[in-house]
Amino acid sequence: MEKFSYINATSLEQVTSLLSESAWGEVMLIAGGTDLLAELKEYIETPKTLVNLKTLPGMDSITADASGLKIGALATVADIARHSTIQHHYTVLAQAAASVATPQIRNVGTIGGNLCQRPRCWYYRDETINCLKKGGDTCYAVDGLSKYHAILGGDPVYIVHPSDLAPALIALGASVKIVGPEGEKTMSLEEFFTLPATNPFRENVLEPNEIVVEVTVPAAKANTKSFYLKAREKGAPDFALSSVAGVFEMDGQTCKTASIVLGGVAPAPWRSKEAEAALTGKMIDESVSTQAGADAVKDAQPLNDNAYKVTLTQNLISRAAMMAAS
Amino acid sequence: MSDKEKKQGTNISRRNFLKGVGTGTVAATVVPSVLIGSEQAAEAQEGGAISSATIQLNINEKSYEVEVEARTTLLTVLRDGMDTSGNNVDLTGAKLICDRGECGGCTVMVDGQTVYACMMLAMDAQGKKITTIEGLANGDDLHPVQDAFIQHDALMCGFCTPGFVVSSAALLNENKTPSLDEIKDGLSGNTCRCGTYPFIFDAVKTASRKM
Repeated sequence: MEKFSYINATSLEQVTSLLSESAWGEVMLIAGGTDLLAELKEYIETPKTLVNLKTLPGMDSITADASGLKIGALATVADIARHSTIQHHYTVLAQAAASVATPQIRNVGTIGGNLCQRPRCWYYRDETINCLKKGGDTCYAVDGLSKYHAILGGDPVYIVHPSDLAPALIALGASVKIVGPEGEKTMSLEEFFTLPATNPFRENVLEPNEIVVEVTVPAAKANTKSFYLKAREKGAPDFALSSVAGVFEMDGQTCKTASIVLGGVAPAPWRSKEAEAALTGKMIDESVSTQAGADAVKDAQPLNDNAYKVTLTQNLISRAAMMAAS
Repeated sequence: MSDKEKKQGTNISRRNFLKGVGTGTVAATVVPSVLIGSEQAAEAQEGGAISSATIQLNINEKSYEVEVEARTTLLTVLRDGMDTSGNNVDLTGAKLICDRGECGGCTVMVDGQTVYACMMLAMDAQGKKITTIEGLANGDDLHPVQDAFIQHDALMCGFCTPGFVVSSAALLNENKTPSLDEIKDGLSGNTCRCGTYPFIFDAVKTASRKM
């Protein structure tokens, strides 16, 4: 790591003003640090200053009541995974949290950091490669090794968004509270993430001087089943090859509403309106669930090495739908 | 010349050195990540920003006063750090292996929870209770997990063992009677290249009956 200086944050105003006074990447924020330190060790980022957010009071709480969930940006992934209300009423989120990385990382990694983590693409993570995401002119996955890259929404940068929590939260209709120099604003988490066609360099709409402070989730509806299905290359902890966050409002075997958000297949968490339409109002059986999977990937454009993700994703969606009906 | 003076005399940045010789990827694994005891004394800059500082760390119920740079990891302090009296911290049980938070060789407990010491800044460990593999035994009385690892021969080369023992002890602190799946999940952040997993899982089962 290059040298940097370190400031313990005392207030959000201080944090946003420190960010405002510097260019992108000069001042960076650290919470758990499990993604950031890896980037610093690889010299992907070389900030002059790190601002430690863990000294901000009250930002690590999780509250669950009749209006839903409020999760402070500093709540750890482990806290979310073991929260009993989340386990029982927001199952998809608890399952997604439990699937993140390893116990050691879940113990320090935060929800804010999980949502803002950078891509795992091996070209992006290679210090010596100035790819399109880092301001170069080529996404090397297009003609290079693309086993773990995007099959949907890639053009022109074929990274996949690595977050497990994001698909689950979007499927639950979560919003994110953001603080900047002009105060706070709230937006749906779905709108928080952007595709490379809009901005090839970033994965979300945060301005350089803004910070995620809280995630809110509306109260779970009755008769809702939810699942997070994550396919990994091996049994051990890993990022998703493909994942499906499904939230199904059921009436017996009939699906009243479905919310299907994919991870690991696109540069942002990918809501599949096609799969949702194929399931909504239908009595779920094998042919309906198979059709939902097929519809979700009909526009997929795999690269040289990742066509397997098309079949994998299709089958994960079908499986999630069948689980909702059983 | 004391060790500390020798270290302070090194003014070549590791990165420039590596770039200069053009063997970055090879040399990265053998050069210590950050030399402690920097040329910069503890200094407060504008806005409370510090590039180095003298901090207190509570490791295995003993207080250590160490001078660290902002970029110094907890693992570097444990293995290569020196307290302000010039004594080496010398807690080398936690291993520097991948240095990226993937292998688990550097696992320690911070406030009872396992963390990768290579992925935690020393500054962030202030005010916390740090427990390393060296802090598990009580004198010559080994921790039940350590006894069970010996009993089950749960290691071959042994390089990953300290990390596995710390993860196992932390797991059993939270769950006295873990199932096999819970053991696998609890140890999923540690890697054994010799493949001794079945013996490790047996050892944790045995230890759980003794705790």
